[in-house]
Amino acid sequence: MINYILRRLLYVFPVLLGVNILTFVLFFVVNSPDDMARMQLGDKHVSQEAVDNWKVQRGYDLPLLWNEGVSGLSKAQETIFFKKSISLFLLDFGLSDSGRDILSDISQRMWPSLALAIPSLIVGLLVNITFALLLIFYRGSYLEYGGLFLCIALMSISGLFYIIAGQYLVGKLLVLTPISGYAPGTDAFKFIILPVLIGVVGGLGAGARWYRTLFLEESSRDYVRTAKAKGLSDLNVLFRHVLKNAMIPILTGIVVVLPLLFMGSLITESFFGIPGLGSYTIDAINRQDFAIVRSMVFLGSFLYIIGLLLTDLSYTLVDPRVRLD
Amino acid sequence: MFPPLGLFVLCLLTTSCTDIVLNNPYSQQESQKAVIYSSFSERPKHLDPARAYSSNEYAIIAQVYEPLFQYHYLKRPYQLVPLLAKEMPLVSYYGHSGEKLPRNTSAARIAYSEYYLSLQGGVQFQPHPAFNLALHKALPNEWDRQSLNSLASNTRTLTSDDFIYQIKRLADPATQSPIAGLMKNYIVGFADFMQAQGVLQKEQPHLRKAERLHSLNLSGVRKIDDLHFIIRIKGKYPQFLNWLAMPFFAPMPWEADAFYSNAELVKKNMTLDWFPIGTGPYWLKENNPNRRIVLEKNPNFHLETYPAEADTIFKKMGLLHDAGKKLPLTEKVIFSLEKESVPYWNKFLQGYYDVSGISSDSFDQAVSFSATGNIGLTQDMQDRGISLQTAVTTSSYYFGFNMMDKVVGGDSDSARLLRQSISIAIDYEEYISIFQNGRGVPAQSIIPPGIFGHVSGKEGVNPTTYRWQEGYKRRSLEEAKVLLTKAGFPSGRNVKTGEQLVLYFDTMDSGPDSKARLNWLRKQFRKLNIELVVRATDYNRFQEKMRNGSAQMFMWGWNADYPDPENFLFLLYGKNAKALHGGENASNYQNAEFDRLFEQMSSMNNTAERQVIIDQMISISRKDAPWVWGFHPKAFSLHHAWYKNSTPNLMANNKTKYVRVEPIARKAYQNKWNQAVIWPLVIGLFMLLLLVVPAVISYRKIERATAL
Repeated sequence: MINYILRRLLYVFPVLLGVNILTFVLFFVVNSPDDMARMQLGDKHVSQEAVDNWKVQRGYDLPLLWNEGVSGLSKAQETIFFKKSISLFLLDFGLSDSGRDILSDISQRMWPSLALAIPSLIVGLLVNITFALLLIFYRGSYLEYGGLFLCIALMSISGLFYIIAGQYLVGKLLVLTPISGYAPGTDAFKFIILPVLIGVVGGLGAGARWYRTLFLEESSRDYVRTAKAKGLSDLNVLFRHVLKNAMIPILTGIVVVLPLLFMGSLITESFFGIPGLGSYTIDAINRQDFAIVRSMVFLGSFLYIIGLLLTDLSYTLVDPRVRLD
Repeated sequence: MFPPLGLFVLCLLTTSCTDIVLNNPYSQQESQKAVIYSSFSERPKHLDPARAYSSNEYAIIAQVYEPLFQYHYLKRPYQLVPLLAKEMPLVSYYGHSGEKLPRNTSAARIAYSEYYLSLQGGVQFQPHPAFNLALHKALPNEWDRQSLNSLASNTRTLTSDDFIYQIKRLADPATQSPIAGLMKNYIVGFADFMQAQGVLQKEQPHLRKAERLHSLNLSGVRKIDDLHFIIRIKGKYPQFLNWLAMPFFAPMPWEADAFYSNAELVKKNMTLDWFPIGTGPYWLKENNPNRRIVLEKNPNFHLETYPAEADTIFKKMGLLHDAGKKLPLTEKVIFSLEKESVPYWNKFLQGYYDVSGISSDSFDQAVSFSATGNIGLTQDMQDRGISLQTAVTTSSYYFGFNMMDKVVGGDSDSARLLRQSISIAIDYEEYISIFQNGRGVPAQSIIPPGIFGHVSGKEGVNPTTYRWQEGYKRRSLEEAKVLLTKAGFPSGRNVKTGEQLVLYFDTMDSGPDSKARLNWLRKQFRKLNIELVVRATDYNRFQEKMRNGSAQMFMWGWNADYPDPENFLFLLYGKNAKALHGGENASNYQNAEFDRLFEQMSSMNNTAERQVIIDQMISISRKDAPWVWGFHPKAFSLHHAWYKNSTPNLMANNKTKYVRVEPIARKAYQNKWNQAVIWPLVIGLFMLLLLVVPAVISYRKIERATAL
C-alpha cells in the first residue's frame, strides 16, 4: 500500500510539469508580456516606457522559454518560464501581477467557498441517494413514474434559471433570505441557505437518476433476492445492503471532488455575492494575471491528482476485496 | 443578526408571524446608524493614489485622500476651490533666461511656470500604525496578524514634505504611476529623477523605498517651509491645476512606505496599495475586496463645512439645507461586492442599497416615457419615494476612421467626402434609442455639454451631418448618397473599377451580446450600398491594431480627466497620434492648422478669445470628419427618499462627504418592504404531506404483498 502511494505521488511531478508547460504555452499564445502590462496599467496615457518598466519590475522582461543572450544552464534558467514555474513546486505562489499575495488570497477566499460547497455536497448527497432509493422502492408504480418525470424536468432546466428563479421566489417574493451577500461565522447561515437549497434542487434530477442506475444494478443481484427471501423488509434491504454495496461508484464520484470543493463555484458565487474562489481564476484570465492563472491551474491539477489517489484508497475501506499493490 | 433557527422554523409553521424581516444582509446595529450602503462590481485594482486611475478606485480613495484642490460641489461650470490648500496658488511665469514675466505674457515666451502653494495649518493624518515609528523596525509578537486596526496607532501633522514625497513617488519607476510618462513632460526635473531612481534601484536593490526617494532631490519641487512649497513646470500649462485636484497629487507620508515595506505585511496583503493613509473625511477600516470595503469617519478630519453657496438651480433643489454643517455627514460607508446586476437591483428595491444605476434589464421597470417623450419614473418607483437624477456625462463615444488608411483616411477630397457621407448615414439617434434606452445625446462635436467650448442650440449644429429645424435634424440619406457619388463611389461602387466598396470595422466585440450592435452597424452602411466587414478580435489584438495603425474603422470612447476642452481636443492633436507617437489620438488625425490652434488654445484661460479658437478647431474637425461624432452618454441614477444632498457632479470624486442619510426613515421603509411571506411555505409543506399519503399507502401495500 505504501509503495503504491509513493509511486502515485511520484507521478505527480511529470503531470504537474506537463500541466505547467501547457498553461504557459496557452497563456502566452494569446497574451504577450506587453499585453499584460497594458492591461495592468490601464488605457490612459500608457507609454511604451511605462510598459517596459512594468515588465522589468515584474520579471516579464526575459525571453519566454529560451534565453539566447546567456550561456550554459542560464539559457533555460534566465527565462520567464523557469523563474515563474520553479517556485510553484515548492507551493510558493508569490505575488499576483497586481501585487497581491496569492496564497493569502486563496486562504482568505477558500472558506466562503467551503461554507457553500460542503453543505451543498452533504445535503445534496443525502437527498439524491434517498430520492433514488425511494424510486427503486416504488419501482413500477406511479410514484416512480412521477419521480422520474420530475428528474427529467429538473435536468432540463438551466442551472442559471434555478438561481434567478430562486432569488426571485425566495429572496424577492417571499422575502425569506437575503438575495445575495455573505458574512463570516454563524451569520453565514442566512446567506448560504438559499444557494445551498438551489444547488440541491438543481442537482437533484441528474444526481437521483445517476444513483438510481447504480442501485438498480445492485438490486438485481442474488444477495438482494436472498435477503428478501429471508424476510427482510424492502426498506431494510435497500438502505442496509444495496446502499452499502453501491458505495464504490458513489465514492468514485465524491472523493475525487472533495479536494476541489474549496475551488468554489463561479456562477453561484457571482450571483450570491459569496467571496469565494469560484471567480478567482476567471477574473485573473480576464485581467491577464498570469501569476494567478498558473497558480490556480497548478493547484487544481495537484488537488485533482490527490482526489484520484484518495478515491483509490477509499476503495479499500469500503470493499475488502480491493488491494492496492 | 439572524433570528435563532427555532424562531425561523416557528415562523415557517405559523401564519400569524407577520412583523419579521429575515432578509437584512447587514447587522441590525449598522442598519440604524448613518451608514451609506453602496456596492462595487469589480474589486479595485489599486488604492494607492499614485497608481489608481479608474472610477471604481476613485469611489474609495477620493474619500480617504485629499489633494490640494477640489471641485465646488454646487457650482457650474465646474470650479476649483482649495481643499488642503489654504488658497488658490500664486502662479508666476519665467522666461528662458530666468527672468520673471508679467501674467499676460504670451505662452510662447514662457519657459517655466511656478505654482506657489500654501497649505492649511493643523491638518492631521488619520490615526494609523505607520505613524508609530517603533513598528517600522518590527511588529509586536502579540499582534493578531489579522487586522492593522489592532496595532497601536498614532498620527502626525501634514506638511509640504508629504506633497513633495508623493510627487517623488509618481516619478519612481517602482511605483508604476500611469501619469509618470505625462508628468515628465511638464514637471521640471521629473524625468531626471525617474532615471536616477531607476539606476539607484538597480544598484542598491535593498535600499528601502522611502530612503531611496529621500536620497535624491526633484529639482522642480521645492520646499519653502512646512506649509509652503513650489512646483515648477515647463512652459504654460493651466490644466496643471486640474491635475493637482486629482488623487495623484494627494499627500503621502514617508512613514507609509517605510511601514508597509515589512515583508510580513506584504505576505498578508497589507500594503499601501490596499490600506491607504490619508487626511480625508473617512479612513479605510476594512478592506476585503472579495466581500466588502468599509470606510469610517476619520476622527482627525480637519474642519470642513457643507458649502454655503450654490447655483440657483441647486438652491431650488434644497441642496443648501445642510449649509455650514461639519463634514462628513455620515458615520460609515459600506461598499459590498455585487457582481451581478439582477441581485443588486432587487436589493436596491428592498432598500438595502441607497443608490442604483439603471441597467438595461431593469430600465422598463424603472423609467417611463411620457407622450411628449419626457423621461420619468414608473408609478411603482414613485410609490417607493425613489427619485431620478440624470446628467449628460463629460464623455464622448465615437466611431473613428483611421486617417492613415488608404480608403477612408487621408486629406484627399474623395476620402473626406466618403467620411462625411458615412457620418450622415450612421444614425446615432437610432443607436441611442436601441442600445442606450435613450440615454444619450447625439454629439455635434468632440466637446460634451458642461465643458467650456461646447456650444448648444442653433449655433452648435454640426453642418456636415445636421441642419437646424427647431432642433438638430440629421441630413437625409439622399444627401449622404450625393456626397458618396462626389467621393467617387456612386451607389457604393468605385467609379473607376465598378467594384462595390468594402470597408472594415475593427472591434473586440465578438460575443453574442454584440451581434445586434454589429448587425445594426452593417445596416447603416448598407443604406449607402457599402459592404461592411466586421473584423472581430480579442482585446489584445484590437489594441495592437490601434497601436500600429492597421485598423480601418473602430468605436472608441473618452471620459474627461478634468473639465477643460484641451482634455478632448487633444484627442485630435497630431502629436498625439496613436500609431505615430503612442498618444491618445486614436484616429491618427493630422491637420496643421488644427494643431497650430490647439497649441494656442491649450495654454489659454477660458475667455471669449479661447472660444473663438475652439470654434475654429471644431469647424475644421467637422469638415475633415475623422470621427462620426457619436454621442455623449446620459447617466441615470435612482435614489431612495432617505438619501439626501445628492446631485450629479461629474468631476468631483469626493461627493460622499456631502451626503446625508436618514436611517430611521430607511429602517421604516425596509421593514415595510421586507415582511417575510410565510403562508406559501406552509401551504407547500401541507402539499408535501399530502404527497406522503399515497407513498405510505403504496408502502403498506408493498409490505403486505405476498412474494407470488
